[in-house]
Amino acid sequence: MNPPPGPAPESSSSWKRNLAFTTLVLAAAGTVIGSLWTPAPPPAPKQHSSDEYERAPFSQAVARIDNEFADRWKERGLRPVDSADDLTILRRLTLGLAGAVPSLEEIQAIDKIPSEERVQWWLSYLFENRRTSDYLAERLARATVGVEDGPFLVYRRRRMVDWLADEIDANRPYDQLVRNLVNSEGVWTTQPEVNFITATMTKDPETGKSRPDVVRLAARTTRAFLGVRIDCVQCHDDMFGDHWKQEHFHQLAAFYAQSDVGLTGVREQKKRTYQYRFLDETNNVTVPAIAPFQPELMPATGDLRERLAAWITHPENRSFARTAVNRVWALLFNRPLIEPVDDIPLHGPFPPGMEPLADEFIRSGFDLRHLIRLIAATRTFQLDSKSSDPSRPTTETDEYHWAVFPLSRLRPDQVAGSILQASNLRTIDANAHIFHRVVRFFNERDFIKRYGDFGEDEFGEHAGTIPQRLLLMNGKMVQERTGDNMVLNASTRIGALAPDDSTAVRTAYHCVLTRDPTPKEARHFEELLGNTKGKNRNRAMADLFWTLMNSTEFSWNH
Amino acid sequence: MRPPFDHAPCGTSDHLTRRTLLKAAGLAGISWLTPLSQLLAVEAERAPKNAPAKSVILLWLAGGPSQLETFDPHQGSKIAHGSTAITTPLKGVKLASGLPRVAELMNDISLVRSVVSKEGDHERAFYNIKTGYRINPTVVHASMGSIITHELPNSAIEIPTHVSIIPNQWPARGGYLGAQYDAFRVDDPRNSVPDLKPRVSDERHQRRLAGLDIVESQFAVGRLANLEQKRTQHRTSIDRALKMMSSDQISAFDISSAPESEKKPYGDNRFGRACLAAVRLIETGVRCVEVTLNGWDTHANNAEEHVKQNAILDPAFSALIKDLKRRNLLDSTVVLCGGEFGRTPKLNPVEGRDHWPHGFTIAMAGGGIKGGRVIGSTDPSGEKEEPEDPRAVEDLHATVFRALGIDHTRQFMTDVGRPLAFSQGKVIEELLA
Repeated sequence: MNPPPGPAPESSSSWKRNLAFTTLVLAAAGTVIGSLWTPAPPPAPKQHSSDEYERAPFSQAVARIDNEFADRWKERGLRPVDSADDLTILRRLTLGLAGAVPSLEEIQAIDKIPSEERVQWWLSYLFENRRTSDYLAERLARATVGVEDGPFLVYRRRRMVDWLADEIDANRPYDQLVRNLVNSEGVWTTQPEVNFITATMTKDPETGKSRPDVVRLAARTTRAFLGVRIDCVQCHDDMFGDHWKQEHFHQLAAFYAQSDVGLTGVREQKKRTYQYRFLDETNNVTVPAIAPFQPELMPATGDLRERLAAWITHPENRSFARTAVNRVWALLFNRPLIEPVDDIPLHGPFPPGMEPLADEFIRSGFDLRHLIRLIAATRTFQLDSKSSDPSRPTTETDEYHWAVFPLSRLRPDQVAGSILQASNLRTIDANAHIFHRVVRFFNERDFIKRYGDFGEDEFGEHAGTIPQRLLLMNGKMVQERTGDNMVLNASTRIGALAPDDSTAVRTAYHCVLTRDPTPKEARHFEELLGNTKGKNRNRAMADLFWTLMNSTEFSWNH
Repeated sequence: MRPPFDHAPCGTSDHLTRRTLLKAAGLAGISWLTPLSQLLAVEAERAPKNAPAKSVILLWLAGGPSQLETFDPHQGSKIAHGSTAITTPLKGVKLASGLPRVAELMNDISLVRSVVSKEGDHERAFYNIKTGYRINPTVVHASMGSIITHELPNSAIEIPTHVSIIPNQWPARGGYLGAQYDAFRVDDPRNSVPDLKPRVSDERHQRRLAGLDIVESQFAVGRLANLEQKRTQHRTSIDRALKMMSSDQISAFDISSAPESEKKPYGDNRFGRACLAAVRLIETGVRCVEVTLNGWDTHANNAEEHVKQNAILDPAFSALIKDLKRRNLLDSTVVLCGGEFGRTPKLNPVEGRDHWPHGFTIAMAGGGIKGGRVIGSTDPSGEKEEPEDPRAVEDLHATVFRALGIDHTRQFMTDVGRPLAFSQGKVIEELLA
C-alpha cells in the first residue's frame, strides 16, 4: 500500500518522536551502565543434579541407543568420526532449543564446568530460561497451527504460542498438552488452546457461514501427532502402495465434525454428522468416526474429540510417541530421524534409536525434557560434523547413517537470532534488557521476511538464494550490528577492551562461530588488526565480524 | 539434492555473438547511452518471427476484480447494477467504461471470460492461479514463473530471471524447484533495489572477501568432497550476488533515469512504474516478471472502488502493451492480466460484490497468443452459476507453457518423490491457432 501522502500532522508526530528518542537514549544508557557496573551473575541453572545423568537408568537408556547405532555402522562397514568439541555441541543445543548461537558470557560460564558434565548442565540452564520455551513453542506452533495469521477475530496465533510456551515452561507432559489442543473448548482469547481449532475457520461457500475445517483439522492431527500423511488420500485412495483408503481419512475427520464456533467459543454440536461424497460415488453418505488403526485403544464413551484425544495419546499408540521423538530429534539435529518429519511408517522398519527413544518417552510419562536430554547424551548427537583425518573426508553415506553429524542450513530465525546474539557480549534472553529484546524483535521480523521464511516446511532441504547473500553482505542488520558502536556492538567493544590482537580475534571467533580460530585464521586476522587504534581498529573489527558472519559455517548447523 | 543453479556458464559461441554485437552497438553510436551489458543482453533477446515466446509478464489484480466492471460488462442487465460499457474495435465485444485505453487495443488482446476455479479464499485462490494447482499439504507447487525460469535458462543475464515487483504477501515461489527459483522481490522501482551496494569502500570489501576465502577453506577440511557444489552452494550464491552487484543490468530495475515521455503513459503511481520496469527487465532478458495491483477486494462500494482501480490499470496495462510492441518484444512476451477470482453478480447490502470463482475473466496478449478473441461467456441474468465454455485455471498455465515451447505435460520429479506435470490443464488452442 502507498503511504498516505504528505507529512503527518507536525504536533502529534514530533512529541512522539521526542518521547521515542528519549526512551531510546535512556534505555541505551541503562544498558551500558548496567553492563559496566552491575556484576552480572554468571549463567547457571538453579537446579541441576549431575550424577542423575551418569547413572542407570539414564545411562542404560543412552547405551541402548548408542548400541543400535554402533550395530548399524558395523553392519554397513562405516567408521564414525570422532566426538565434536564441547563448544560445537553447545552451539548445536543453543541453536536448536533457543534459536541463536551461545553468547560470550555463556561460553565463558561453561568453561568452568567439568567437560563430562557440560551437556546436561547446559540443558538444565536452557530449560530454566524462558527464551527456550518461547522458541520451542514457536517451532511446535508451526506443526500444529502453521505460520499464517489465519482468520481474523477468531484466531490469535500469538496467544496460542504464548500458551504453548507456558506449557513447555511448566514441562507439561506432552500427551496432556496434545489432549488439551485436540479436545479444547471455549473462547480463543481466554482458552488459547482452542486456536488449534479456530485457526482452520473457513467460510462455507454454500451457506456463507464460517466453521472449523474438518479436513484441515484431520490433516494437522495426523501429521503433527501421528506422523502419517493420510491427508494424501483425502481425494483418492493411496497410490503409493500403503494401505490407506480415502475412508480412513474421512472417518478420522468425522471426529471434528461436531466442532462449532459460536458466541461461547468452540463447542460441540452433538447432533451433527459428517457428510461426504467419496470419489466415483454420486451421493453424500454419513461418515462414522472411526480410528484409522488400533481401534481397540479408542474409549467407548465421551464426546468425539475427547475420545479422539485419548486415542491419539494412548501409551500403546506408539505412532504418537514416535512422531514426537522424530520432531524433537529434528529440532536438535536440524534433520529428522525419519524423513519427512511427519511421515513415519506405522509398522517400521525403524532406524536405530527410534524404538528405544519411543520406549523411554512413553516410560517417562511423555516428558519432553527427558527426551531432549537423552538425545543430547547419545554418541550420535555428540559426533563431529567432519572427519579428523583430512585424507578421509566424510561422505553422504556417513551422513545418511548418522556416522557423522549432518550439515544443514540454519533456519532464517536462527540466522537472525545468531547475528543479534553474536554482536552482543551479554545473553539476549527473556531477562535481557527490554531495549535489546525490542531491537531483537523488530530486527528479526524484517530480516526473516527478506531472508525468506521456510514456513511449515521446517526440515526440508533449502537452497541458498541471492537475496540471502545480499542481505548478509550488504544488509542493514549486519551493517548496524557490526559497525562502529561502543554502546551496542560486540565488535567495537572487543576491539577496544581486549588486551591484545590475539585475544580480540579469539573473542570475535567465540562470539560469532563459537570456536577458537585455527592458527592460519588467527595469523591472518591478527595481522589485519596489526596494533591498530581508534577508528581503524573499529573498522578492522567490523571487517572481521562481517567476514565471519558471511561464512558458510555461520549459516549452517554443523 | 536440488538441481544446480540454472545459469550455466556461457559458452564460446555466446562470446562470439557478444563481441559481434558489441561492434554493432558501437557502430550504431548508441552504446554510450545504454549500459553495455544491458545492450548486449537486449540484442540477444531479439527473436526471429514465429519462434516460441521467451518471457512472461503477469499483472495480478489482487483481491479479485469484478468481471462486470472490467473485462466482462453486461450493461443494462440486472446484474450490472448501473455499470456501463464501451465499444472496442472488435465487433460485439465491450469492456467496462473505465478501460478506454485498453479497449482500443483489443485487436492485440484476447479474453477468457469463463475462467472457473474451486477456490473462494484469497490465499488459496492465489496459490491456485499462480501454480495451476490447489493447495496440498504434501507438496509446495512451483509457480508459473519459476517453471519458466527453470526451463528457459538465460546465460547472458547477470540479474535474477524471475522477478516480482511490489508483491503482496504471496509472491511467486519456486516450490518443489527450490528457493533459488523464488521470484526476486523488489519494491517501487522509484527506489533502487536494496542491498546491492557494499556498505564499505572497495578496498575494505575486497579485504572482507579475502578473509572469507580463508575461513571457507578451513571449514571445508575433512568434510564432503564436493561440499560447495553438492551441498552448500554458499560461495556460488555469493558469487552470483557479487556479479549482480557489479552488473550494468541492474539499471533495468531503476526507472528514475528513463525519459519522461517513456514514463508518462504508464501513470505516475507504483503500479505504473512497476509495469515500465517490467518491460525494461524483459528487454534485458528476464524470463518472468509479476506485478501486483492491490485494492480489488471490493466487498463495499464496488462501483466506486472500480472507478479508482481502473484509473490505475487502464493507462498502465495499455502502455505496457504498446511499449512492448514498440520495442519489438510483444511477439516474444506473453502478457497475462487478471485476479485470483471474480466477484458476485449480486450486490450485497453495502453495495459491494463478494468472491466469485465461477466465471471470471483473464486477459492475455502477446507471445503467440492471438489478439481479438473472446473465449466463453457469463450469464447476463446472473441466474446460471456456470459460464458457457468454462476453462479451468490450469488451462491458462498449459496455454502459456505451450506459447513458450515448454511441454506442460512433462513430469517433474518433485522433492517428495512424486512426479508432477508442469500443468494438468488443457491448452486453449483457440488462442494459439
